[in-house]
Amino acid sequence: MSERLLRLSGLEPFVLTRDIPFVNIGERTNVTGSARFRKLITNRDYAAALDVARDQVENGAQIIDVNMDEGMIDSQAAMVEFLNLVAAEPDIARVPVMIDSSKWEVIEAGLGCVQGKPVVNSISLKEGEEQFVHQARLCLAYGAAVVVMAFDEQGQADTLARKTEICARAYRILTEDVGFPPEDIIFDPNVFAVATGIEEHDNYGVDFIEATRWIRQNLPHVHVSGGVSNLSFSFRGNEPVREAMHAVFLYHAIQAGMDMGIVNAGQLAVHDQIDPELREACEDVVLNRKPAAGGTATERLLEIAERFRGSAREEKVRDLAWREWPVEKRLEHALVNGITEFVDEDTEAARLAAARPLDVIEGPLMAGMNVVGDLFGSGKMFLPQVVKSARVMKQAVAVLLPHMEAEKGGGRESAGKIVMATVKGDVHDIGKNIVGVVLACNNYEIIDLGVMVPPQKILETARAENVDAIGLSGLITPSLDEMVHLAGEMEKAGFDIPLLIGGATTSRVHTAVKIAPRYPRAQAIHVTDASRAVGVVSALLSPTQRQPYIDRIHAEYADVAEKHERAEAAKSRLPLAAARANALKIDWSGYRVPAPSFTGARIIDGWDLAEIARYIDWTPFFRTWELKGVYPKILEHETYGEAARSLFADAQAMLERIIGERWFRPRAVVGFWPANAVGDDLRLYANDDRGATLATLHTLRQQTHKRDRRPNLALADFVAPEGVADDWVGGFAVTAGPEETAIAERYAAAGNDYSSILVKALADRYAEAMAELLHERVRRQFWPYAPEEAFTPEELIAEPYRGIRPAPGYPAQPDHTEKRTLFRLLDAENAVGVELTESMAMWPGSSVSGLYIGHPEAYYFGVGKVERDQVEDYARRKGTSVEDIERWLAPILNYQPSEALAVAAE
Amino acid sequence: MHNFKLPDSPALAKLAKAAAERIVILDGAMGTQIQRLGLGEDDFRGRGGQRCLHLSDHPQQGNNDLLTLTQPAAIEEIHYSFAKAGADIVETNTFSSTTIAQADYGMEAAVHDLNAEGARIARRSMDRASAEDGRSRWVAGAVGPTNRTASMSPDVNDPGYRAVTFDDLRQAYGQQVRGLIAGGADLILIETIFDTLNAKAAIFSCFEAFAELGQRLPIMISGTITDASGRTLSGQTPTAFWHSVRHARPWSVGLNCALGASAMRPHLAELSAVADTLTCAYPNAGLPNAFGEYDEGPDDTARQIEVFAREGLVNVVGGCCGTTPDHIRAIADAVADHAPRSLHV
Repeated sequence: MSERLLRLSGLEPFVLTRDIPFVNIGERTNVTGSARFRKLITNRDYAAALDVARDQVENGAQIIDVNMDEGMIDSQAAMVEFLNLVAAEPDIARVPVMIDSSKWEVIEAGLGCVQGKPVVNSISLKEGEEQFVHQARLCLAYGAAVVVMAFDEQGQADTLARKTEICARAYRILTEDVGFPPEDIIFDPNVFAVATGIEEHDNYGVDFIEATRWIRQNLPHVHVSGGVSNLSFSFRGNEPVREAMHAVFLYHAIQAGMDMGIVNAGQLAVHDQIDPELREACEDVVLNRKPAAGGTATERLLEIAERFRGSAREEKVRDLAWREWPVEKRLEHALVNGITEFVDEDTEAARLAAARPLDVIEGPLMAGMNVVGDLFGSGKMFLPQVVKSARVMKQAVAVLLPHMEAEKGGGRESAGKIVMATVKGDVHDIGKNIVGVVLACNNYEIIDLGVMVPPQKILETARAENVDAIGLSGLITPSLDEMVHLAGEMEKAGFDIPLLIGGATTSRVHTAVKIAPRYPRAQAIHVTDASRAVGVVSALLSPTQRQPYIDRIHAEYADVAEKHERAEAAKSRLPLAAARANALKIDWSGYRVPAPSFTGARIIDGWDLAEIARYIDWTPFFRTWELKGVYPKILEHETYGEAARSLFADAQAMLERIIGERWFRPRAVVGFWPANAVGDDLRLYANDDRGATLATLHTLRQQTHKRDRRPNLALADFVAPEGVADDWVGGFAVTAGPEETAIAERYAAAGNDYSSILVKALADRYAEAMAELLHERVRRQFWPYAPEEAFTPEELIAEPYRGIRPAPGYPAQPDHTEKRTLFRLLDAENAVGVELTESMAMWPGSSVSGLYIGHPEAYYFGVGKVERDQVEDYARRKGTSVEDIERWLAPILNYQPSEALAVAAE
Repeated sequence: MHNFKLPDSPALAKLAKAAAERIVILDGAMGTQIQRLGLGEDDFRGRGGQRCLHLSDHPQQGNNDLLTLTQPAAIEEIHYSFAKAGADIVETNTFSSTTIAQADYGMEAAVHDLNAEGARIARRSMDRASAEDGRSRWVAGAVGPTNRTASMSPDVNDPGYRAVTFDDLRQAYGQQVRGLIAGGADLILIETIFDTLNAKAAIFSCFEAFAELGQRLPIMISGTITDASGRTLSGQTPTAFWHSVRHARPWSVGLNCALGASAMRPHLAELSAVADTLTCAYPNAGLPNAFGEYDEGPDDTARQIEVFAREGLVNVVGGCCGTTPDHIRAIADAVADHAPRSLHV
């Protein structure tokens, strides 16, 4: 149990057991060794720098070496920042870190950032024994292993005798005086460049290898490491030769006992696969041998080196071995891998071999889909892959269908029938479509009623088709009320089938607190994401599991509702007057902002689809497919990187067609108006003299108790108050256009749900990218308060710019009905063809609208829950009834509105 | 600064002897016992009892550690009841007695007194119990995780940000550990570790304090695994956690709190298999119910902990949230006939 082995850790343990011949230490996160990494750190491009670290771990580095020693870099700050960022990346942080610096203060700063057991690289006797002991003791106190360089007061050890003498002395001090565990000591006997043309250097390879042998034999439990790339320094620029030299050197050093090394894990030639001629020349150099062909080893290697420069590696050929398998296996392979290329011929082959066409579906195809279902259920396949499998399945079924019809009566039993719909007033359906496809893959029959479906139609269909469950979807907050309403209607109409709830704004708590109680006869169940849908539905439709499952959900929701109620009761809010007293007080004296280049609304034409595409933020695109992670590193994700890459490739291919064939016709309208804050409202004036009021935009104020003197914000706080300074407010509406709907429908009709969902997801991204691009043009050109701004599209994602573009219905202004005012001001319906539904959703769905606020201190926030006093005040300001406001703000009320109380008491 | 040349504290020899003979018993939840007293703001402030010399404008209700100064008799009684129930080691009422954790209550200035007095009260009640039955008992100075994490950012949009640094923690823990030593703690128990980097700062502080004292106190280290993934909040597996704290050369390493004894078992087994020191486990009394209370009775908890003993996974056992003197009595009874885990597996 307590064998003396080097035991390190990141998030996961690492033990250097005797079975591990050699530990790869990644060297790419070393600014002295990698020009690329140095550039990334100098430019503070930490996202790309993290990718470098991730690549190394994926390529097999068991420890990563981090070095920030560069004259132009604040090494200590960079070390801390990078290690802190690494800590937030589980796929990197799983391995231990080697904190590498020639400056002790950088090492010590790094030691304060890692929770695992790291390695310090390095300490030495260079500054004398006292310093060495001091640093070794600190390593013990921080809990780190150490690399000890063969370096003493006289300098760096170059010969075998010096190397062994220094290491022996350091070993004695560490183990006897300091009490350092010997298994935590790693000696670095210095790899120096060979084949430099200087004769004294010729034996450096041999000196290292022999020192290694001596250390491992004479200093118990220690390890030997080295920076291998130094060796081939004189062949800079000739990577194939360098790789060969490293491989040959390691081969011999490892045999002598070198058990760790700083190497580029992604680029290591395999010793046996090196060209024999090159290998022999490298061996002569490393081992300081006289070449058989005469001359010196260095001359010989120089002679042949040019021939090996840039020899291309073999390209991977497409593997079609699976085409030789039996037809059942071929179908399974095609389903699991989403390959449509051969599915027609394979299905036909299977049909000819089967007694009836239906047997092909119930036999090999269902068997294949079961494999897909199992892989998906166990987290080995991901949503985009499953949707592709469904496409293969549909195509196969399409081949069989004519034969089945000819045979008549060849229908098959589905596992259950489900009607699905996006509720009235809402137009968003990507998530619903994905769930539909996943369920269909699992042999459920799906009746998809589409978007903006009135409750009566849902219930009529459910009754006429005798369905087993109803699935509702919605993205905007008013849809939550529609779902509550529909649950009540189901209860009244005497339904007893399960009601499934899903979509971005839905939640388990809302379902438990607001929806389930309205439908006590059966159960309303929240489905977190598509990957859960199959499990939930199969439990609900199974005669044996159904009741226990419903009982469990029922108890769980009762508990959730009760906890929610208690938590809510405990949350007191500030009275509106107090919240207003704690508003953000910007110093407006002397505030000057340039006037926009025009006032009123203006249509912006001439959109370049390719330019918009550059502004796409891909992270939410992957989230749509339930692949969670930040682009671009998601492409290298440990478990679903492959799924993400394949999805991304498909998206890029479609993007090319969208641009090349002009699939979308984006439209935009922008407006600016002289404006000032009046209380919590924004008054927009008809003219520059700020006399007549054109319109009033209303804002809501946070009523939470704030700490640390943070203000209770309302958007009005970011606009100059009336009479104090001139200010403006802008507004916009953009849309990717209605074309996507027709394209998506065409794909769906052709059985290609994958492309249908893909085009919708891309249209959504287009609208968001347009909003980003347009906002940039606003800041630089239309309302030129930041004419010099120059961020890249990637940088814009982090919102580094001045000003904000809050959208009604989102956290900073949760009231969707403010869109009415905005749309009237922009004449959005005529200008860009975007309409508001009765729930204030925008049609077409791939549309974005919002306000522009220009003050440098403006930022995004969430209003959170509001109290009755603000609702009453707000209703007065908007000139509408309290009940109307309560209906629209239902999700953010911090109290039970009276009407709802009456309903609950029924 | 680390120095293994320091002599061990005299408490260690007796403690080691006890641990060689049997499974050593740790106490149960201070918080649960305090909750049962139903104290209000005035009680926490000490009105009507002992006045607190440290003043703060913040409400103090819920600042359990402050009761050491304002309701010392009540705290002493809780320690005493655990001692009489069979605890060999009791933990001081100092889980949150660092400047970092007390900042919420504006009580940073009280930190030294909270720790020194916390250790003294525990010592006093142990001496009282020992005078009655002649058994040796030890005081473990409880060092909690604080409410900040050194290896995680509280801001999802800024993963490189840290609300607390290693050095902040090192100083705060240093002050706490020095207070505990001044009050006579026999051991230092670094517990409920959800971020190993915080614990490493606490270990570092112990080394510094021990060097000043000229003596090494035994250190107990206890992590917490709060979700089904089997990792700490900061993402480490039990073995990785052990590798990270092994340099403390702790007297024991183990797990506490979290999801109750049964859920703890596999993680304890992993730790027990790799740790070349004593192991310690003191789980919660099951999972909290909808009201945040623990329903698991003494016998239920004891039965599960007996499994640890039977399987040879533990040297020290006790209870965390929800465990009362009755739980400790039941646990002590349940493990009495089981041999302690052998270190020479």
